[in-house]
Amino acid sequence: MPASRLPARLDVLQSASGVFLALFMWLHMFFVSSILLGKDAFWHVARFFEGYHIFGKPYPILVSGVALFVFAMFIFHAALAMRKFPADYREYSAFRKHAGEMKHGDTTLWFVQVYTGFAMFFLGSVHLYTMMTRPETIGPYGSADRIVTDWFWPLYLLLLFAVELHGSIGLYRVAVKWGWLEGRNPAATRRNMKRAKWLITVFFLTLGLLSLAAYIKIGIDHRPNYGEHYVPPSIEEPLEPRQ
Amino acid sequence: MQANARNLIMNETTTRTLTIQILRHNPQDPESEPRFESYQLDEAPGMTLFIALNQIRDEQAPSLQFDFVCRAGICGSCGMLINGRPGLACRTLTSKLGPEITLAPLPVFKLIGDLSVDTGAWARQMGERLETWVHQESEPDIDRLEERMDPDRAEEIYELDRCIECGCCIAACGTARMRKDFVGAAGINKMARFRLDPRDERSDEDFYELVGSDDGVFGCMTLLGCNDVCPKELPLQTQLAFMRRKMASVK
Ligand code: HEM
Ligand code: SF4
Ligand code: SF4
Ligand code: FES
Repeated sequence: MPASRLPARLDVLQSASGVFLALFMWLHMFFVSSILLGKDAFWHVARFFEGYHIFGKPYPILVSGVALFVFAMFIFHAALAMRKFPADYREYSAFRKHAGEMKHGDTTLWFVQVYTGFAMFFLGSVHLYTMMTRPETIGPYGSADRIVTDWFWPLYLLLLFAVELHGSIGLYRVAVKWGWLEGRNPAATRRNMKRAKWLITVFFLTLGLLSLAAYIKIGIDHRPNYGEHYVPPSIEEPLEPRQ
Repeated sequence: MQANARNLIMNETTTRTLTIQILRHNPQDPESEPRFESYQLDEAPGMTLFIALNQIRDEQAPSLQFDFVCRAGICGSCGMLINGRPGLACRTLTSKLGPEITLAPLPVFKLIGDLSVDTGAWARQMGERLETWVHQESEPDIDRLEERMDPDRAEEIYELDRCIECGCCIAACGTARMRKDFVGAAGINKMARFRLDPRDERSDEDFYELVGSDDGVFGCMTLLGCNDVCPKELPLQTQLAFMRRKMASVK
């Protein structure tokens, strides 16, 4: 009986699901940060994903579908990556001691990935479930109300740090793991990729923190009118399908 | 002017006093408890840890155990944790380190005593497990000249064959520290070496049988501690990625 090919397939799928999630998170950040361009910009982005610009009216169920798909990938990736978690206290303390003695960047970064991954089980699930079940509330006021009045800002703040560290470390690791872009001088490539990794983390963290601040400001101002949805001044017809 | 010149000479000849902390333990002795013991000695020009350890044994600690054979980074017997990182004692100049140095035996391997560990048992079991010899279907005819090998290919094989089985890559690997059965970078490098060898008739399917598991290439988490400590500077990062790609594409 030849050895099972499953370990090989799972290893590829772990990387593929990780890369999908990391790239999705980049796009996601660009959509979310449209709030920095104003309420109208974000309103259009949110409605775009509900098909408003194609069908002439919004279908939030489309967003539920996307959220469901991402949630599935998220669970799939977590299930595969979990295999690498230290399995018990002995393994955990062996790794911790090792990382402390070695003072070796990539070894420590793996620990960061395990911690942030673990945190995302909880943080990411809350967010994804909300997006899946309340897609119609996504908008300049709805999202800001959620962040301020519904107390999502601490969750998003932690999730932001977890995703931006985990995702870019993960992309760096996938590249060295499979030898992508290695070139003639793998050591130099690795140094450059590591530099790029930090730049990416700082860039998305900054964008994320600025966006979160913008939502918090809107949310505070909008607290008295909690629940009311934003409608851009240029839009005349009612958005909800007529009864 | 004269005073300056004298200062300069003084500075150059000022010797440092090194404080070397050694993790000592004799597992043979039921009374023995692992403990750090501290030794002081004057640094000499061009001093390596090999020289320092011999001096300590000669002058201060006659029972101190550590391994050396070649003193030139060839035999692979003097691997130890130097300030927490695996390295060869005979290839480490004390001048490259601070005045306080901590030495401990390599983890993962069986402790013989003090700084001496049994890497031999590990190397033997790795060789048997990975069948690190050339596999051929037919008996070679020893009366005939060997097939010629392409010089570039021979060079590539030689590059990977430089592994001295010192165990530093294993001790530097977080995966190996957590999971005792993980083959480690030295093992995967050996597979890459035999895969290159035109005399070895094994296919990727055969190599998959040996390293195609979570104790093999797929267990590696690409922490690259191995790559960064290997005293022979083997291209472990490249070889691990290469074998991972080859094994992942086995049908
Ligand atoms: C509950 C959620 C998650 C958990 C528990 C988790 C856990 C992990 C762990 C432990 C690793 C290291 C695996 C290894 O060393 O082989 C990893 C790798 C990775 N993660 Fe996650 N992760 C989660 C969510 C995410 C998200 C949201 C992203 C995208 C931003 C992501 C992107 C990646 C990437 C790109 C890798 C590298 C894949 C590889 O090495 O094959 N992960 N994840
Ligand atoms: S690969 Fe390098 S570190 Fe590992 S045993 Fe061989 S020489 Fe030592
Ligand atoms: S890359 Fe990391 S996990 Fe893989 S063998 Fe090297 S040290 Fe171990
Ligand atoms: S004594 Fe042989 S490698 Fe150090």
